[in-house]
Amino acid sequence: MDSVVATKHLSIGWSADEVLLKDIEFEVKRGEIFAILGASGCGKSTLLRTLIGLSRPLAGEVLIEGRRYPDERVEKPIFGVVFQSGALFGSLTVGENVALPLIEWTRLPRPVITDMACAKLRLVGLEESAEKLPAELSGGMRKRAALARAMALEPSLVFLDEPTTGLDPIMAAEIDELILKLNQALGVTVVMVTHQISSLRRLAHRCMMLDPEAKDIIAEGTPDDVARSDDERVRAFFESDRPS
Amino acid sequence: MTLLTRVRGDLAARNVKSTLEGGDERVIEIVRLYEEPVLPTRAERPRGPRGFVVDIGRTTETVLGELKSAGTFVGSLSAEALTSLRRPWSVNWREVAPLSERMGADAVPIILLINFMVGIITALNSVSQLRMYGANIFVADIVSLGMTRELAPLITAIVVCGRSGAAIAAELGSMRVSEELDALQVMGLSPVRYLVFPRLMALVIVVPMLTIASAAVGIVGGALVAKAQLDVGYASFVHEMQTIAKPWDMVSGLIKSVAYALTIGIIACQQGFAASGGASGVGRRATSTVVATLFALMILNSGFTWIFRSMD
Repeated sequence: MDSVVATKHLSIGWSADEVLLKDIEFEVKRGEIFAILGASGCGKSTLLRTLIGLSRPLAGEVLIEGRRYPDERVEKPIFGVVFQSGALFGSLTVGENVALPLIEWTRLPRPVITDMACAKLRLVGLEESAEKLPAELSGGMRKRAALARAMALEPSLVFLDEPTTGLDPIMAAEIDELILKLNQALGVTVVMVTHQISSLRRLAHRCMMLDPEAKDIIAEGTPDDVARSDDERVRAFFESDRPS
Repeated sequence: MTLLTRVRGDLAARNVKSTLEGGDERVIEIVRLYEEPVLPTRAERPRGPRGFVVDIGRTTETVLGELKSAGTFVGSLSAEALTSLRRPWSVNWREVAPLSERMGADAVPIILLINFMVGIITALNSVSQLRMYGANIFVADIVSLGMTRELAPLITAIVVCGRSGAAIAAELGSMRVSEELDALQVMGLSPVRYLVFPRLMALVIVVPMLTIASAAVGIVGGALVAKAQLDVGYASFVHEMQTIAKPWDMVSGLIKSVAYALTIGIIACQQGFAASGGASGVGRRATSTVVATLFALMILNSGFTWIFRSMD
């Protein structure tokens, strides 16, 4: 399997005095679900923002599909992103939110775009809500709509920032199912930030764990391999999810 | 519980050892829980010294930071403007019409009412002096020159700033804190071309139009006062106005109004983009927008008036 996302000597943080992660290297293979784990404040979300080009690294580089990103940025988006809050545009309906990337990046006639947006909404079970505004949706529905928007241009890579945080277990399982469907049926590579062990075990082919003290990756591999790590910090993280 | 933990804390600070004896095991457990050190958070930073000089230094630092951020924003606007010239279709022009309606058409009643009152007030304030010197007809000069050159552009800009400037800052600020601006960016859409330019364009279209209408209703207000208080007929008022007011007076007012429109839009968008810290952060930016824009409008007005008068 070739690598879709890779980092080389990547350091991220706020400034040279406030480094979150130092000199980290990892790669995500095509077709896998890769999870980034770690306690709050360890730099997971900042790492994700750096991977998608919203934050500049302090040092090193990010490669997406073998190209340096975002310096060699191609104009059309090459991946989809689902933000923690969903980040749907509040002034547009759900259908318009999903149609927006298609309107901006394709020259298809409007009826075709509407049909395509409906198809994406059907994929996430929200076809009935196309005319609703994001404020009228529940948290889980908003995440699903955001997932549909991220898939609008049919990218082969999707980044997810804590996709199940703040959702009840049933809704979280539904979102997990959707992510699995995207990965298995459409072959989409998924990079997700999470601190939910249940989602991790259900979805991830591989994962890595970050540590704020070490400012580094302290474990990497399949979820089972990482859970069996000798490192106390990793074991404490995994044991924290066990029912008492 | 608070007293107990406080006393033990004070004793420990004085290196006095204390033990809990004879209490219920559950109570002792709770006391120990309260005594566990609190984890340090990133927000906790040592507080520096306070004082007048320090306050001045901090304020200067904040102001310089804001100026730097505004400069960076204007720089990015210039760069995006060049891109937009090369690829005009990349700007979200579709939004200009609905925004113009929201910022312009919806604001017509309030702006016309205020400028009508300003015309009346300006004329009323001149009544006693003009009557004293028998110079009643000059009320037309005062009102027409005042409204076209100064008052209509300025009052219109102030109302648009309070109404639309604050709304733009709040809207973009909310989009910033809810990650909508980030979402636009990762979709490959420039927030400047998608959100800022349509707003600037809408303001540049509607503010001069509102200014012309404002000058007209202000003059009507002045004419009503001239007729009622100074016995100056409408025909005489119009004749005197045509004698004294030149097209340049209205053009200079329109030049000002375009500059004011850009100032309102740029400050509002910059403040909105800089919002952080949730709802209170958005509110602070909306307030800052109004304060900073009013300040900038006054400075601009002084500069324009000085330049235009030196051209007379």
